[in-house]
Amino acid sequence: MADLSCRIAGVKSPNPFWLASAPPTDKKYNVERAFKAGWGGVVWKTLGEDPPVVNVSSRYGAMELPGQKMMGFNNIELITDRPLELNLQEITEVKKAWPDRAVIVSLMVPCNEESWKKILKRVEVTGADGVELNFGCPHGMSERGMGSAVGQVPEYIEMVTRWCKAHTRMPVFVKLTPNITDIRGPARAAKAGGADAVSLINTINSITSVDLDVMAPRPVVGGKGTHGGYCGPAVKPIALNMVAEIGRDPQTTGIPISGIGGISDWRDAAEFMALGSTSVQVCTAAMHYGFKIVSDMTDGLNNWMDLKGYRRLEDFVGKAIPNVVNWNQLDLNFKTIAHIEQDQCIQCGLCYIACEDTSHQAISHDKKMGVSKYEVIDKECVGCNLCQLACPVDCITMIPQKTGLPYLPWTQHPNNVMRK
Amino acid sequence: MKYEEVFCDIEKPLNLKTAQIESSRCYYCYDAPCITACPTGIDIPSFVRKISNGNVKGAALDILSANVMGGTCARACPVETLCQEACVREKSEKKPVAIGQLQRFATDEYFKTGEQAFTRAPTNGIKIAVVGAGPAGLSCAHHLARLGYDITIFESRAKAGGLNEFGLAPYKLTNEFAQQEVNYILSIGGITIEYGKSLGKEITLDDLRGKFSAVFLGVGLGGNNSLGIPGEESKMVIDATRMIEKIRQTKDLSKIPVPKNVIVIGGGNTSVDIAIQMKKLGSEFVTIAYRRGRTEMGATHHEQELALTHGVQLLNWVKPVKIEADSMQFEYTQVESGKLLGTGKMITLKAEAIYKAIGQTLVSSEKVSLKNGKISVNEKFETSLSGVYAGGDCTGVGEDLTVTAVQHGKLAARSIHEKLGARKHG
Ligand SMILES: Cc1cc2nc3c(=O)[nH]c(=O)nc-3n(C[C@H](O)[C@H](O)[C@H](O)COP(=O)(O)OP(=O)(O)OC[C@H]3O[C@@H](n4cnc5c(N)ncnc54)[C@H](O)[C@@H]3O)c2cc1C
Ligand SMILES: Cc1cc2nc3c(=O)[nH]c(=O)nc-3n(C[C@H](O)[C@H](O)[C@H](O)COP(=O)(O)O)c2cc1C
Ligand code: SF4
Repeated sequence: MADLSCRIAGVKSPNPFWLASAPPTDKKYNVERAFKAGWGGVVWKTLGEDPPVVNVSSRYGAMELPGQKMMGFNNIELITDRPLELNLQEITEVKKAWPDRAVIVSLMVPCNEESWKKILKRVEVTGADGVELNFGCPHGMSERGMGSAVGQVPEYIEMVTRWCKAHTRMPVFVKLTPNITDIRGPARAAKAGGADAVSLINTINSITSVDLDVMAPRPVVGGKGTHGGYCGPAVKPIALNMVAEIGRDPQTTGIPISGIGGISDWRDAAEFMALGSTSVQVCTAAMHYGFKIVSDMTDGLNNWMDLKGYRRLEDFVGKAIPNVVNWNQLDLNFKTIAHIEQDQCIQCGLCYIACEDTSHQAISHDKKMGVSKYEVIDKECVGCNLCQLACPVDCITMIPQKTGLPYLPWTQHPNNVMRK
Repeated sequence: MKYEEVFCDIEKPLNLKTAQIESSRCYYCYDAPCITACPTGIDIPSFVRKISNGNVKGAALDILSANVMGGTCARACPVETLCQEACVREKSEKKPVAIGQLQRFATDEYFKTGEQAFTRAPTNGIKIAVVGAGPAGLSCAHHLARLGYDITIFESRAKAGGLNEFGLAPYKLTNEFAQQEVNYILSIGGITIEYGKSLGKEITLDDLRGKFSAVFLGVGLGGNNSLGIPGEESKMVIDATRMIEKIRQTKDLSKIPVPKNVIVIGGGNTSVDIAIQMKKLGSEFVTIAYRRGRTEMGATHHEQELALTHGVQLLNWVKPVKIEADSMQFEYTQVESGKLLGTGKMITLKAEAIYKAIGQTLVSSEKVSLKNGKISVNEKFETSLSGVYAGGDCTGVGEDLTVTAVQHGKLAARSIHEKLGARKHG
């Protein structure tokens, strides 16, 4: 049995699986159900100043693949629409009843020191373990000078973080928006402002689909729509890259990360952790399947750690970071080629048509007595992996070749006129 | 007893949601084996993908342009030995994409719109005769009508559709589907049907050859094989196809007497069809008696399973000996050095009705050359007489299936057009 207990920026939880600030953490009722199901912590749905915001009806849209629902999820909700006092009271009750779980309070108030100072004092008395500054929300709040309007300007991030650190003893997590060109800027700013940890990613600006009858983006609100925030499995690759960028940037390396974005199972979580996340947060997967999914997350991670011989989370958190390098450090003498396992091949021809039409014409098609045979032409294969990715039965393996050639990065390649 | 209740749809049709989920299982193969396995060469991956993308009309047109009876075929084809057997998912997981069901979904949904998928070219004034309004004849007529020919179909019965109307099991083709499809095919225009006109009686081939630029024969197999055993002339011995026709054409099923003990002779799909229909009508003991084993039966594995789940008994390795007043005697058989021989051991089964499903034969009084008792055609579906073409069951080409007949009609139409188009320009 591996030890799943997690400690990030001084906040402890029995496992690294937290629910992200969103509807699943909107009130005591949900949070207690989540804790009963086994979640290690929650980031309470973002609090703001009274009077509370008002939400529209028709709030979510989704990106579907045939037969697969909610690959990507989109919302146009705002921060909590419940009174501040009610939330604070429930947070107090929950933390008291569940002392071993992490309870972080997400905050978003107007961009002035007084507002932040005021709300921090009120959160402190709840006994919460920390706060998360929501600089991410891409819709609704940004028009009011909050959320991603702050998160997109590193100077503001640094300034607000600094205020918060000055006015509370609680650990400060800064939640970053992905709606920027280079995540390192905001991360560096958070660090400079004294953040104890960063959380990422928040949702991505999106229009998930257009209702072609109404001629408006979904979700449609009385004939109109607006861009919303995108999350769910589809955003995981974007989130992973951003987490990795922060993990390997010399200016931010070492800052604790709470990884978020499309995490649906233990494997997704392990990947975020390998790239440097100490805890992970989940929203869409819980909204799709309910809180029970945490049981697979905890025992799946546990079983995998046992298999690999990792005893604690620290044993593998960040372990993949050294292997994330810039393109120009990759070995240009490395060569891999595709191999089709004939007795598993079902003759669907997808590898052939992919390579033939769009890649390197490196697969031959031979048809005898109505039966097709597909084979890789080794000398034409550039090792792009396309055929392997297209194969529905995984009968294609990429086999690294022994070239006998030395490591040759672009920086030293003869074709590089700038080589040193 | 309500007809619709006894013979309700054997398969639950898909709806948009289930069709989209099922269609997403298709890998969209290159050079897809299912296309090769379909006698009409429907571009299956293409239509399946269109369903999954919500382009149901596009899917239906892919189907109908290759097979104008795609609706019937979706219900009646033995897909487990055709497209679905070839599906790569059958190979990888023994669970092929439900192509037949998806084809049915696409065509049903499209027919609901009442649209006509095809337009007829302006008439070219060339007259073609088609004999028989079954799948082969209708398919040939439809293709020629699209090209602008004027078609007259001569049909001996009072209704079109051939075995779609008179033969296919009513739980596969429910309600008025066969007639709706016929109406759809005729709605292209340029096709007239003369009912009650039999080749060899009211009309002759010489007449037709004189009056029309080409003649297509799609007369099917009108005759039935006989057992050649004592007692066969008994009134309780009936050809299975005749009984099936009676059931299909009777609206009030309570008028059909229901025998308690039924014996069906034969091992093909027709034997399964009549056996299940009698079971559904209320016969208590229905036995299919076949002279060889289950693997040798012409009925597909799927059809045999269907019979068994309906409570039909399969009695294998028995051959008919004689028929008596209320029973039938069989002799057990076995294979000895490749030959089927009687063992001398007998078995007698009670019967109030015996249905013969031992194959149909061509009824031909015309002077076209035959081969193995069927009309001989070349790869262009030309018979021995110039300008006379044939297709479907009446030829010996391919399996006797609706889908094969449709393909023959289509290919013969192409040959006719090739010939006559050339003559016109030359
Ligand atoms: C009981 C039964 C069940 C079957 N079930 C299936 C099934 O589930 N799936 C499947 O794919 N196939 C099935 N078949 C086979 C399928 O029905 C035939 O292969 C198909 O109908 C052949 O089409 P056709 O046009 O060649 O002939 P037919 O359908 O037989 O049509 C011939 C037409 O010609 C007319 N005709 C005949 N003689 C003359 C004449 N002298 N002059 C004018 N008109 C004439 C007939 O009245 C008829 O309308 C079944 C067959 C039977 C008998
Ligand atoms: C309906 C909805 C409401 C959300 N509200 C908030 C919020 O109030 N504060 C916040 O910081 N993030 C909010 N988020 C973003 C999530 O916390 C999380 O960052 C994002 O959904 C990515 O994680 P996921 O892919 O697991 O869903 C919301 C997300 C959704 C779907
Ligand atoms: S790896 Fe790329 S180039 Fe090589 S066979 Fe596959 S698709 Fe073609």
